[in-house]
Amino acid sequence: MDSLIRAARRLPLSGKLGLGLVVFWIVVAIAGPFVAPYPPGSFVNEEVFAGSSGRFLLGSDFLGRDVLSRLLSGARFTVGLSAIAVAIAASIGTGLALCAAVGPRWLDEILSRSMDTLISIPSKIFALVLVAAFGSSIVLLTLILALTYVPGNFRIARSLAVGLARLDYVEVARARGEGRLYLALVEVLPNMMRPLFADIGLRFVFIVLLLSGLSFLGLGLQPPDADLGSLVRENTSGLAEGALAIIAPAVAIASLTVGVNLLIDAATQGKAE
Amino acid sequence: MTAQAQIAPSQTGAAHVEVCNLCVTVRAPDGSALRIVDDVSFAIPRGEVLALIGESGSGKTTIALSLMGYARGGARIEGRIRVGDATLDGTESASLAAQRGNRITYVAQSAAAAFNPSRRVMEQVIEPALIHGTASDAEARRHAVELFEALSLPDPAGIGSRYPHELSGGQLQRLMAAMALITRPDLVIFDEPTTALDVTTQVEVLQAFRKVVRDQGATGVYVSHDLAVVAQMADRILVLNRGRVREQDAVRAVLETPADDYTRTLLAAARPVVKAAVPAPATGSPLLSIEGICAGYGPVDREGRAAHPVLSDVSLHIGRGAAVGVIGESGSGKSTVARVVAGLLAPTAGTVLLDGQPLARSLKDRSREELRRVQIVFQNADIALNPAHSVGEILGRVLRFYEGISGHAARARVAELLDLIRLPAAVATRRCDELSGGQKQRINLARALAAKPDLILCDEVTSALDTVVREAILELLAELRRDLGVAYLFISHDIATVQALCDEIVVLYKGTCVESGPARAYAAPPFHPYTDLLISSVPELRTDWLSDVGRKDPPRLAAPDDGGGLCRFLPRCPVAIAGRCDTASPPLRQLDSGNAVLCHRSQAELAG
Amino acid sequence: MSGTAPAARWRGPARLVAQRVVLALFTLLLVSAVIFTISGLLPGDAAQELLGQGATSEQIAALRHEMGLDRPAVVRYLEWLRAIIGGDPGMSLVANKPVAEIISERLPNTLTLAALTTLFSVPFAFLVGITSAVTRGRTTDRALNILTLAMVALPEFLVATIAVLVFSVKLLWLPSITIVPQDPTPGEFLRAYAMPVMVLGVGVIAQLGRMIRAAIIAELDRPYVEMARLKGVSQRRLIFRHVLPNAVGPIVNAMALSLSYLFGGAIIVETIFSYPGLASLMVNAVTSRDMPLLQACAMIFCATYLLLVLIADTVAILANPRLRQG
Repeated sequence: MDSLIRAARRLPLSGKLGLGLVVFWIVVAIAGPFVAPYPPGSFVNEEVFAGSSGRFLLGSDFLGRDVLSRLLSGARFTVGLSAIAVAIAASIGTGLALCAAVGPRWLDEILSRSMDTLISIPSKIFALVLVAAFGSSIVLLTLILALTYVPGNFRIARSLAVGLARLDYVEVARARGEGRLYLALVEVLPNMMRPLFADIGLRFVFIVLLLSGLSFLGLGLQPPDADLGSLVRENTSGLAEGALAIIAPAVAIASLTVGVNLLIDAATQGKAE
Repeated sequence: MTAQAQIAPSQTGAAHVEVCNLCVTVRAPDGSALRIVDDVSFAIPRGEVLALIGESGSGKTTIALSLMGYARGGARIEGRIRVGDATLDGTESASLAAQRGNRITYVAQSAAAAFNPSRRVMEQVIEPALIHGTASDAEARRHAVELFEALSLPDPAGIGSRYPHELSGGQLQRLMAAMALITRPDLVIFDEPTTALDVTTQVEVLQAFRKVVRDQGATGVYVSHDLAVVAQMADRILVLNRGRVREQDAVRAVLETPADDYTRTLLAAARPVVKAAVPAPATGSPLLSIEGICAGYGPVDREGRAAHPVLSDVSLHIGRGAAVGVIGESGSGKSTVARVVAGLLAPTAGTVLLDGQPLARSLKDRSREELRRVQIVFQNADIALNPAHSVGEILGRVLRFYEGISGHAARARVAELLDLIRLPAAVATRRCDELSGGQKQRINLARALAAKPDLILCDEVTSALDTVVREAILELLAELRRDLGVAYLFISHDIATVQALCDEIVVLYKGTCVESGPARAYAAPPFHPYTDLLISSVPELRTDWLSDVGRKDPPRLAAPDDGGGLCRFLPRCPVAIAGRCDTASPPLRQLDSGNAVLCHRSQAELAG
Repeated sequence: MSGTAPAARWRGPARLVAQRVVLALFTLLLVSAVIFTISGLLPGDAAQELLGQGATSEQIAALRHEMGLDRPAVVRYLEWLRAIIGGDPGMSLVANKPVAEIISERLPNTLTLAALTTLFSVPFAFLVGITSAVTRGRTTDRALNILTLAMVALPEFLVATIAVLVFSVKLLWLPSITIVPQDPTPGEFLRAYAMPVMVLGVGVIAQLGRMIRAAIIAELDRPYVEMARLKGVSQRRLIFRHVLPNAVGPIVNAMALSLSYLFGGAIIVETIFSYPGLASLMVNAVTSRDMPLLQACAMIFCATYLLLVLIADTVAILANPRLRQG
């Protein structure tokens, strides 16, 4: 913990800003709904697309609901679903990558071939096909998001793992008679954590953008649930007047994704250069 | 130039290159300033070659680069440097930086990496002349071909149209010298130009370099860690240690009457002698026998040959507690021998016997006990030790794996092991990246020792180390063998190292064993022609060695395309016999010295 | 090797490129199987869905037979594949028109948008990438780094929303809907495309610029660059004559990658600006669950991606003397 705080202190300004944003959104995702002034679904203001006021910090939306309350609950969906999806994607992708790196050659061939196939379907197209086929309930949506980014994570993790598995210290452990599980988990995995975390962070950003994009198109989270992308979509009619109801959630997404990007960039650069 | 009189040493009035109080500082990771070159002064008269010698971290390359006003990674150069009319802080064309590639040129250590892979060699060789406007395109090309010829490059007229990947390391190194000489510079800097080459190639390149340097009357700076190489190339030697000058004098004076302790240490380490007396290994049935091994990489065809065969029919025996050296140049297959014995590479033919019992070809079919008895140690401790684990974890795992020892007992054994390799027990909690190169190599050895093996396969374990550290590791290996009775298969490209440590030596050439026998038999001929080439190519610590070596006789016979069962050395052999060597496979001859050689020539012929 | 006759000299790269072509076709075949499996086999019964909950099992069985759903999956896949390759992916379930006809109306629009965006963003990306690389670690590089980092992370709809707010709502310069008139004048053409191209370009410039920087920096760290500097080569000559020729491979690959990213971005951009392209068509197909149309769109996007990668690979092979000589 101490070393984490020290590492955070050493971050450049952009990294500190990123860290601040990331921490802020994690806190919002956890505590947001408890501090929301109104239930997200209730109509509390006569005026639609109202501006900022003392009662409604971020104004009201196209139905007169409180934008701040809806944003707080939407952020939980966006951050939560994306985090779960990226965890699933990374576990599957990295798990398979380790199998490919220490397993027999044919397994590597099969896995790499299949992942190369999946990666040649652009991720948004792939997600659209999956949504069309399976619909977008919360569980399915999370799985779709995860599945879409398994091949990318696999590719990065495999190239890391294969590179490491060729190193002499793995060769020594192999010559000692160690099993494949030991090689994968004890010799290889610990040394790929840093670049892997950077990749997971980037993939989290992609997933947030994909989820928001899908919801913005009406293909993501379905009402009454709403993530940040849905909030942008439902308030598009307020665009002409520049309503806070559309600007706020869009800026919220951007501050989350930009924050993660800044943090990763600062954290990885400190070691690389 | 007015300030010069105050600092310049008096004896350097007419010097061509003058360096006074040079300091180079870099910013350390923690932000503090670190002085990597500290108050260095020297002068080089026109037409002389000065050698900068030292171990890694001595600052020798940094000094050489600062002569071009160049510093790596944001280092700061302070002090006064003058080359001809140009000075470090001179303006416009009078600055050192403006003379880069023009009046001052550079030959880098690894030509294979220093050539641009996507451009033809000729374009790159004449580029300095063109960008500095010292010659027209046609003149530069003509001059380049002359230089190619002077450097004894094959096909001087055509070689320039090749790409770097089509040429060998030795050829590229000479082409880089041509690139450095194309502008007829006043000062040429050679930065370890032969370190990456095989010893047999090194001789040719050194001879070519010395010829052109003398012909051109160039002033030179020769950076090297190898005193014997420097003795051939330089007029004066400057010995460096941690950025400071230890001694500078004429070559002969430094070699014969060194004034400084550090110089003496370097000289002693250049020719390793192991002090620990090891009793002669017990005779009787060998501990390990390798019989008729063939191995290679890539898919194996129906006749059991690998797509890229590396070893063909290699046999050798290691007695209990014996040390057997395997030498050969890069690509000879010497490391493959260790990989086959360790089970990392399954041979396509032949058997490996441990105590007379055949070992399974692949790892997974060997018992844990068999695995324990044979341990392997790799060359580069930086990649042989897992950076994620502490020293204690690395050693402890071996104890737990083979003997099931853990907890307190394991910690005690780890401390014992560390003591065995002369490291303090506190090292156990450290990670390897906190240790020095020599310490890491000791840990690398300790991991093998932790298994209490009968045989350790040492794959170039001293090659990445500085000479002084290398000598200490060799001494340690000898002591361990004396105290523990462990046997070694010691693989190296350096015959001096192998001679210091081993009882028996096997010479590999292109995957075949051309000579084997007791180490003492390698002190004098008769040798196999390849062994002869290998031994005579090792530079000696005297200034006239390179002249004495003379030019080797060229190969006698063109080898047929399909070498088949013929002698592998035929294409390079200076004593091949027409009608015999190119028609029949060579016989294995037993020599009186105890050595067995694979050659058509008789003992008397080989001795002469 | 270099002495070989000119004809033989090209045999090596030709074989390499041929290998890549075969590999790409094979991958496309696998992709088609994946897409058909996901959209044609897994979702359950299309007949059931068309007829709704109230249909009797006889009605469903009849429709299943009519639609060929009662035949084995492999047969259905092969027929579908043959139809796609033949250029006739069947009838749209919703528009009741041949899919081929709908797509042929829309595809040129998306290609125009993609081409304009490429034309607009690639020069900027090179500018950003090269500037950043040569000023590595200095203020310019750090500023560009943070700027591009932010641009990569912005959702397209935020960029589009801000663009509409600024250029359509406040300044009234540009239309918020992209309608290209018949036979447009160059002015009308530019006005119509300005906003979608800008919005798409933001992401492409940032992403491609970052990858170009990375490719150049990877080369700048190699020993031959230091050697060139020690030869007295100027910075400009170093970048253009020494470094870029070696970075061609990674850079063209980065370009293929960002162009495929562009298709993803087009999904949002076409929808926001109500632009009648292939991507917005695909979104409609998802909403209306029009599977034949969806499958055809997906296959076009995947084939385009593979084609781009293939072109990039070929360029990389031809740019590398080691590969070029086989």
